[in-house]
Amino acid sequence: MATAENGSSEPKFRWIGTRPVRPDGVDKVRGRANYGADHALPGMLWGKVLRSPYAHARIVSIDTSGALAMEGVHAVVTAEDLPEIAPEESKIGEGPTNYRDLSRNVMARDKVLYHGHAVAAVAASSPAVADRALAHIEVEYEVLPHVLDGDDAQSPDAPLLHDDLYTKGVEPAPERPSNVASRVEMGRGDPERGLAAADFVVERSFRTKAVHQGYIEPHAVVATCGEDGRATVWASSQGHFMIRAYCAKLLGMEQSQIKVVPAEIGGGFGGKTTVYLEPLAIVLSSKSGRPVKMVMSREEVFRATGPASATRIELRMGCTRDGRITGAHARLEYEAGAFPGSPVGAAVMTLFAPYDIDARAEGYDIVVNKPKVAAYRAPGAPMAAFAVESVVDELAAKCGIDPIEFRLNNASKEGVQSTFGPKFKRIGNVETLEAARAHPHWKAPLAPNQGRGVASGFWFNGGMQSSATVQVADDGTVCVVSGNPDIGGSRASLAMMAAEEFGIDIERVDPQIADTSSVGYNDLTGGSRVTFATGMAVVEACRDAVRQLRERAAAIWGVEIDGVEWADGEARPTKGGGELEPLTLRDIALKAARTGGPITGRASLTARGVGMAFGVHICDVEVDPETGKVDVVRYTAVQDAGRAIHPSYVEGQMQGGVAQGVGWALNEEYLYDDDGRMENPGFLDYRVPVASDLPMIDTVIVEVPNPGHPYGVRGVGEVPIVPPIPAVANAVASATGIRMTELPLSPPRVLAAIDESRG
Amino acid sequence: MARRHVSTTINGEAVDFLCEPHQTLLDALRDELQLTGTKEGCGTGDCGACSVVFDGRLCCSCLILAPEAEGAEVETVEGIATGGELHPLQRHFLEEAALQCGICTPGFLVAAKALLDSNPDPSETEVRFALAGNLCRCTGYDKIIRAVLDSAAELRGEA
Repeated sequence: MATAENGSSEPKFRWIGTRPVRPDGVDKVRGRANYGADHALPGMLWGKVLRSPYAHARIVSIDTSGALAMEGVHAVVTAEDLPEIAPEESKIGEGPTNYRDLSRNVMARDKVLYHGHAVAAVAASSPAVADRALAHIEVEYEVLPHVLDGDDAQSPDAPLLHDDLYTKGVEPAPERPSNVASRVEMGRGDPERGLAAADFVVERSFRTKAVHQGYIEPHAVVATCGEDGRATVWASSQGHFMIRAYCAKLLGMEQSQIKVVPAEIGGGFGGKTTVYLEPLAIVLSSKSGRPVKMVMSREEVFRATGPASATRIELRMGCTRDGRITGAHARLEYEAGAFPGSPVGAAVMTLFAPYDIDARAEGYDIVVNKPKVAAYRAPGAPMAAFAVESVVDELAAKCGIDPIEFRLNNASKEGVQSTFGPKFKRIGNVETLEAARAHPHWKAPLAPNQGRGVASGFWFNGGMQSSATVQVADDGTVCVVSGNPDIGGSRASLAMMAAEEFGIDIERVDPQIADTSSVGYNDLTGGSRVTFATGMAVVEACRDAVRQLRERAAAIWGVEIDGVEWADGEARPTKGGGELEPLTLRDIALKAARTGGPITGRASLTARGVGMAFGVHICDVEVDPETGKVDVVRYTAVQDAGRAIHPSYVEGQMQGGVAQGVGWALNEEYLYDDDGRMENPGFLDYRVPVASDLPMIDTVIVEVPNPGHPYGVRGVGEVPIVPPIPAVANAVASATGIRMTELPLSPPRVLAAIDESRG
Repeated sequence: MARRHVSTTINGEAVDFLCEPHQTLLDALRDELQLTGTKEGCGTGDCGACSVVFDGRLCCSCLILAPEAEGAEVETVEGIATGGELHPLQRHFLEEAALQCGICTPGFLVAAKALLDSNPDPSETEVRFALAGNLCRCTGYDKIIRAVLDSAAELRGEA
């Protein structure tokens, strides 16, 4: 857990870079913190969802009378109870979302498009009664042929999910609908010329399966909706303002009619950036006149909430004998699930970011009869990195060049034209590669059957809108109010920045996350943006409050504000300002009533100056040649954090990203039967890594401060899931001599490859 | 369906509750007794978020029927701290940032305490296998394992 310092004139901080206990910590180790399913209200009913038993079918009729006649059943909802929504692109979620599709994903209308698609919901006096009521809803289906695979979906005779879906982004516009929702293309230079001039060209096809974010907390909500049409929603999500906006849109309500109170969130990783239950709970409450609680089962989470896309990527990349990449071309096909909107656009953009090369990529967004994908940590990037970093590894080997040296030879850096448009600003790509090369892990000996892999990863990081308020109490303590659910320690980092700005002890800062009616608008917790963008809002709000504190001190002293400076939690006269005694934050706060009233700092902003970030991971595996089982035996993650506000939580993001990426590489996959039913919708058969599957995960935080943030923050949550898949695959290739191009690298698949290579 | 009366002991305190015969202990703790520190992550005994100690044995409370608690002794996350003092495990989890979202934390604390009560000096491998029934999706387990090992050392008087 080393920190590689960069630059010589490091500013000295009191709190930034230290490791205080998080302010919300005690409640979380005592079992007192309230997560989505922990809220309850008097007279509350329990809501449950009836889900489609078919992957693709027309809904002929729904008869809810049997359920409604049951004792204890208070309301039933179908698509008939929701307004029909016109197509309109949402601007606020993570990844492309169309409100018409979102509405039809929340509740099927006319057709069901995947096994598990919601068709009706009930509210009843207990979960057991609600479950029984679902069995009394009669749905008549006309079963349609389904398509589960992106390849099959593109065939001319494939069943169509949407008969009004025409591929966007192709010229001329297609005359017939298809399952290909869109095509995007992007690049730099003339890669074909470079490929033709290459000494070595590697061409590979890669496949990855759908995987789930796997947050431990299932989706949960409690909603009340009164006779006045006003609703209050308690929910666990990555953005309560997102829930308010989506529910208003889908239900034809005004945003002022809905208040959303954020619960603690039990993991999201991008998967809680949309709505599933919330609109249904509001309508059930409205129809029953009672509060309604809805909690998904784990099986529902798997069957009906967003996995990450299954993908197929074809990649050609060439280089000269001395290790200079001359060109690359990629074709990416990403499954979107039942509605358009895979992260293939982001994949096309991130794919070649670590390299200063001429390259082009074309991406296809394909609908299939599987649940609509949702964002998953650096959406789209890990699968693309699997392809690029595997091929880079092969090219380095062909040249006989150390794979880190090879990456350094081709590394993008400040001023380089990216393949996605802008020139890179100050980035830490080279610094992370150098830190990885210098780490003892890189040169450590390997045992028999072991291999080592290295891989780079990139993520843009997000800015977007944030608001914060800072209230100074008359005892000189400070309440910092913001509006992003704290998914992994952001209260701590926001409180630390506030303590730094005021120059006070962190114990005197109370960071709170307010509901949608109690703080200015905040975009959701996603894109690794909270410590960066909401942190920027908190810093601005603190500076606003400090300016007011200086004004008050100036008024008390009878001087101009320029005669007052702020340091270490007190107002001091500037040099030459005479013998005035400093006024502490508490001194000034106590006099606030007589000097102009309460001191409240505010900031609302769209954060600019996002710091893009890179990581390099080194992975050692041991492959059992008899069983094909792959064990990760050593792992080191290097990442440019810009500046680590709370290094423990930066390390935690890196370690967590590694664990998810290792699971994705080795075990996790959605398995479907021929009828389109997921065969492994539980943690027994969908195997995420457990403690005994992993070693300690060493971390190196590189700090190349982002000039666009007051403390240099870049955002750390997403980069670390990008390199693990290729780092593992490259390590397996090093251990076995076999290049695996299809995930997961599960024992049967690895064993089959070993057997095949033995002949 | 008639509700069943259950008399049990939770965190050393005698407790009565009414439940439906098919209700799980987890649901009874959460919905009848408002002890919501015990979490549900799967309902099938695969994630460990609902870990409790039941008559001295570490169990998933989602796999126990509530009426089975009759006459039993149940320990939950709410009982780990005593007299306003955090247990060393709770303190080390906080000091070493062994939680991110925190939803799995109650289950890990219950399982880790059960481990240290029976094995005060576990190796890293023993800790990893003892906690293999508890899923964490945020931390990669590194800081959890360190916090448990450091708690064990403190409880042995070595730290």
